[in-house]
Amino acid sequence: MKPFRYERADDVSSAVTAVAEEPDAAFLAGGTNLVDLMRLEVATPEVLIDVRRLTSDRIEELPDGALRIGAAVPNSDLAADHRVRRRYPMLSQAILSGASGQLRNLATTGGNLLQRTRCAYFQNVTTPCNKRQPGSGCSALEGYQRDLAILGSSPACVATHPSDMAVALAALDAVVTVRGPGAERRIPVTELHRLPGDAPERDTVLERGELITGVELPPPPHLTASRYRKVRDRASFAFALVSVAAALDVADGTVRDVRIALGGVAHKPWRATAAETALRGAPATRESFRGAAAAELAPARPLPGNAFKVPLARNTIVSVLLELVQERR
Amino acid sequence: MDVEITLRVDGTEHRLIVDTRTTLLDALRERLGNTSPKKGCDHGQCGACTLLIDGRRALSCLALAVAHQGADLVTAAGLADGDGGGLHPLQRSFIAHDAFQCGYCTPGQIVSAAGMLAEAEAGWPSAVSKDPGATDVVLDDEEIAERMSGNLCRCAAYANIVPAIAEVAHR
Repeated sequence: MKPFRYERADDVSSAVTAVAEEPDAAFLAGGTNLVDLMRLEVATPEVLIDVRRLTSDRIEELPDGALRIGAAVPNSDLAADHRVRRRYPMLSQAILSGASGQLRNLATTGGNLLQRTRCAYFQNVTTPCNKRQPGSGCSALEGYQRDLAILGSSPACVATHPSDMAVALAALDAVVTVRGPGAERRIPVTELHRLPGDAPERDTVLERGELITGVELPPPPHLTASRYRKVRDRASFAFALVSVAAALDVADGTVRDVRIALGGVAHKPWRATAAETALRGAPATRESFRGAAAAELAPARPLPGNAFKVPLARNTIVSVLLELVQERR
Repeated sequence: MDVEITLRVDGTEHRLIVDTRTTLLDALRERLGNTSPKKGCDHGQCGACTLLIDGRRALSCLALAVAHQGADLVTAAGLADGDGGGLHPLQRSFIAHDAFQCGYCTPGQIVSAAGMLAEAEAGWPSAVSKDPGATDVVLDDEEIAERMSGNLCRCAAYANIVPAIAEVAHR
């Protein structure tokens, strides 16, 4: 690990100023990803600004029925919160399917959103990687591809975003509140993360110095059943090959409303808008679920080593939606 | 960069000067001579370094000591002392069930199990909980395996670790 200075700011605005003005500064929250990346020398900040005690660690009800989650709320507390478990069960399930108990106790809500890809080449400083070192090339295109993206990737980068929590938040239309050198701004979770394009070094739309202060969950949608399903290489404590967050409202055999987001398939949590559009007003049958999943996956450009993810994603979407239809009966 | 910090370890307060790069795990093992937590992967993937940090189980290999100034840390050795000088019920159960072979992962397993039992007592759900809204957690073998999945045992003593924890959970 490279030497660094450690500082604690007095408040959010001085933390923001410190990182905005120092090109090699980074925010530290739970540290479960950043400390590891520093040990690997993938991240080499000269200054760490500890923000774990600066942002809220509370979950509050807003007058309109929304829930505001402070950026410092540990993943464990968010998953265990009774309001979250009752109103947004897929969010609790998504968080609990990620990492381990020990990690969820340290990791924060803001940090979970900003964790970096676990692509093997990104984490290995001896191999070329456009995300770690822009312009150096992508080792994954000729390498190990099992964990990589099938949707929205570019010739520069085929990495996936590793968060489970963010997939559920994308399906729930959550909004991130951000403080930067300028005014506070609100960013829908679906727009927080970027597709790689020709700048894969940028995971998100956040500018230097911008700090996530919280996440707002709008009042729960009128969707009676919801679920998070994660498919992976071992039963627990592994990243998703494919995951599906879905909520479904069916009346008289017809889909009234549906939300679907996918994990493990793209550089960002993937909101399946094509599938949702195909399903609204359609019969709630296996056939239409298959058609909607196929429509979503039509633009998929898999690599030889992850082509299995296309049928895996399709089948997982169909099976989760069928389970939700069953659950409502 | 050196920083002076205070840590409470198994009930005893220590004042020490650490480089900012020092993790809690290295501070305990290399500076304070407490080798109860083990360094397995040093990347947060094995659980051998698990401590209770301010009462919650967490990985000491990913926790910078400087960021945990003043923290109250409990190791497996401290769990034993905390019970009137005798072994902790989990430690006795691990021995009774022969829940280890080489023993390297055992302190982390035991601290993790202690933290996990407190989480279940508080009604926290897990990824395999059938009813996410339920407040009473029934720790069957599937629940124990899921909740302990952050602790790897390369001797694969899981077949005895799960019953060792179950016995304490069901008391």
